[in-house]
Amino acid sequence: MRRNQVAVVGAAETTKLGVIPDMSQIQLHADAALNAIADAGLKLSDIDGIATAVETPQQIAHYLGIKPTWADGTSVGGCSFMLHVRHAAAAIEAGLCKTVLITHAESGKSMIGKQPRYTPPSSLNGQFEAPFGVYGPPSMFPIPVLRYMKTHGITHEQIAMVAVVQREWAAKNPRATMKDPITVADVLNSRMIAYPFRLLQCCLVTDGGGALILTSADRAKDFPQKPVYILGTGESVETPMVSQMETFNSSRAFRTAGPLAFKEAGITHKDVDHLMIYDAFAHLPLFGLGDLGFMPHEETGKFIADGNTRPGGKLPLNTNGGGLSYMHSGMYGMYALQESVRQMRGIAPAQVPGAKISVCHGVGGMFAASGTIIFTNER
Amino acid sequence: MAEAARARPVPTPETQHFWEGTRAGELRLQRCDACEHVYFPPRPFCPSCASRKVSVFPATGKATLYSYVINHRPPAPGFTPPYAIAVVELEEGPRMMTNIIDCPQTPEALDLDMRLEVAFQKLDEEITLPLFRPAKG
Ligand SMILES: [Zn+2]
Repeated sequence: MRRNQVAVVGAAETTKLGVIPDMSQIQLHADAALNAIADAGLKLSDIDGIATAVETPQQIAHYLGIKPTWADGTSVGGCSFMLHVRHAAAAIEAGLCKTVLITHAESGKSMIGKQPRYTPPSSLNGQFEAPFGVYGPPSMFPIPVLRYMKTHGITHEQIAMVAVVQREWAAKNPRATMKDPITVADVLNSRMIAYPFRLLQCCLVTDGGGALILTSADRAKDFPQKPVYILGTGESVETPMVSQMETFNSSRAFRTAGPLAFKEAGITHKDVDHLMIYDAFAHLPLFGLGDLGFMPHEETGKFIADGNTRPGGKLPLNTNGGGLSYMHSGMYGMYALQESVRQMRGIAPAQVPGAKISVCHGVGGMFAASGTIIFTNER
Repeated sequence: MAEAARARPVPTPETQHFWEGTRAGELRLQRCDACEHVYFPPRPFCPSCASRKVSVFPATGKATLYSYVINHRPPAPGFTPPYAIAVVELEEGPRMMTNIIDCPQTPEALDLDMRLEVAFQKLDEEITLPLFRPAKG
C-alpha cells in the first residue's frame, strides 16, 4: 500500500468509560460512532463503508442507519481494528468507498447485550485445550511467559515494572480507570491469578467503545480535525491455540505484522516518537519490543525496568496507561489506536512533545493474530 | 466428583484415531509419508507440505515441560485451584496442552524442561485424557 494516501479524520471513544450499566453493547457502538461522526463534522449519510468485530457490520449499519457499499467483518480478537484500518485504507485507495466508519464496543464489565464467549467442544480448542482447565484469557495468555523468561533471562521484577510504568502514564490521564501509583512490590504482592502473573499484571475489565473515520488524504484537509495519516500497515494470524504457537520465545504473528508495517512506512526504529503495544497482560510489551525489532528480546525487560518507556523516557510506550491501567473492555486494540491518533493530533492527556510518528501494535486472541498501524501527522 | 464437570472433548472424524488411541493407552501422532513431518493436532493431511498421505503411529509418551501457568482464579469447572495448565514438548517434536499429575502444583516442583511421561486418565467410556507425570528414573 502507498504511504499517506488515507487519513483518520474522526476519532472518539464512548462518552463514558469504565462501568456503564445503562447501555447495551450495541448502544456503546452507536455512542462511539456518533461521537466520531461529530468529531469529523460528518452526517451519517456521508459514511459509505463500515467495519466492526464481534458484532457484524450489518448489525451496526442497521442500528446506526448507514447504507454502506463496503463492509468488513474481520473478527480476529482485540487487534481486529488494526486490520480494519489496513483493509479500509486499501479499499479507499482502490475506490471501493470514500468514508469508512470502524466501530468497537464491549460491555465487558456489565455484560449487557453481550454474547458470552463459547468454545465448541468439538473444535480443536475444545478437544485439545479446554479439557485441561483453561478458563478465560488469564489462564491462557500467560502460558508462554515462563519459557520466555527462561530463554531470554527476564526477571519477575522486570515484568512487574511494565505495570508500574504504565500506572505512571495513567496518573496523567483523567479518563484512566486506575491512577494511584504502584510499586514493583505492590505488583508482586497482589493477588495471584495464574502464576507467574498476579492481579496487577492482568488487564482491567471495563465497559466502553471507540470509533474511527477514515477517508482519502486528499479529502482530509477539508475536515475540522488535524489529519492523521496512515504511513504503514501490517497484519498476520498464527493459531487460535496458544499451545500450538511456533515458539513461546516470540510471536510469529507479531514478527510478521510489525516488520511489514515498518517496511511499508519506510522508517527505522529511531524514527518512532510514540509507541503503543497492546497490553492485555504485562508480558506483551516485551514480546512487542522484541518482535517489532526495537531490540533483542534479551534486552526488553531491562529496557522497561530502566525507565526508557516511562514519562520522559526515550521511547514513550502505552501513554494512555494501557490495558493494565487505562481501560480494557475485552478488545483493547481500538483504545490503542485512539491514543495514537490523540498523540498525532497533539491532544493526548500525556502528550509526547513534538511526536510525528506513532506505531500502534495489536494482538488478537492469545497471540492468535496481530495488526500494526504506523501513523504520522506529516504528509 | 470434580472430574464430572471438566470440559469434555467431542471427537470429530479427523480426530477419532487420537481419542481411540488414548482409550487404548496409546498417544497417537501423525507423520507425513512424503516429508516425514510429525504434527499435532490431528488432521488427514500434512500441514507442512499438504500431502494427504499420512500415517498414524504411537508416540513414546516421553516429553519435557515447555511452559505452564498455575491457575488460581477463576478455576475451570471440575478443577480445584491451584492447578497447573502445562504445555509439553513430545519427544517426537509436537507440543500439546495437558496437566501434570503426581507432582506438587508449585513453581519449585514444576521445573521447566523436566522429563515427563504420558499418563492416561479415563474421563468416561469414550474419552480418556492424555496427562503427564514426572518421568521415573
Ligand atoms: Zn509433509
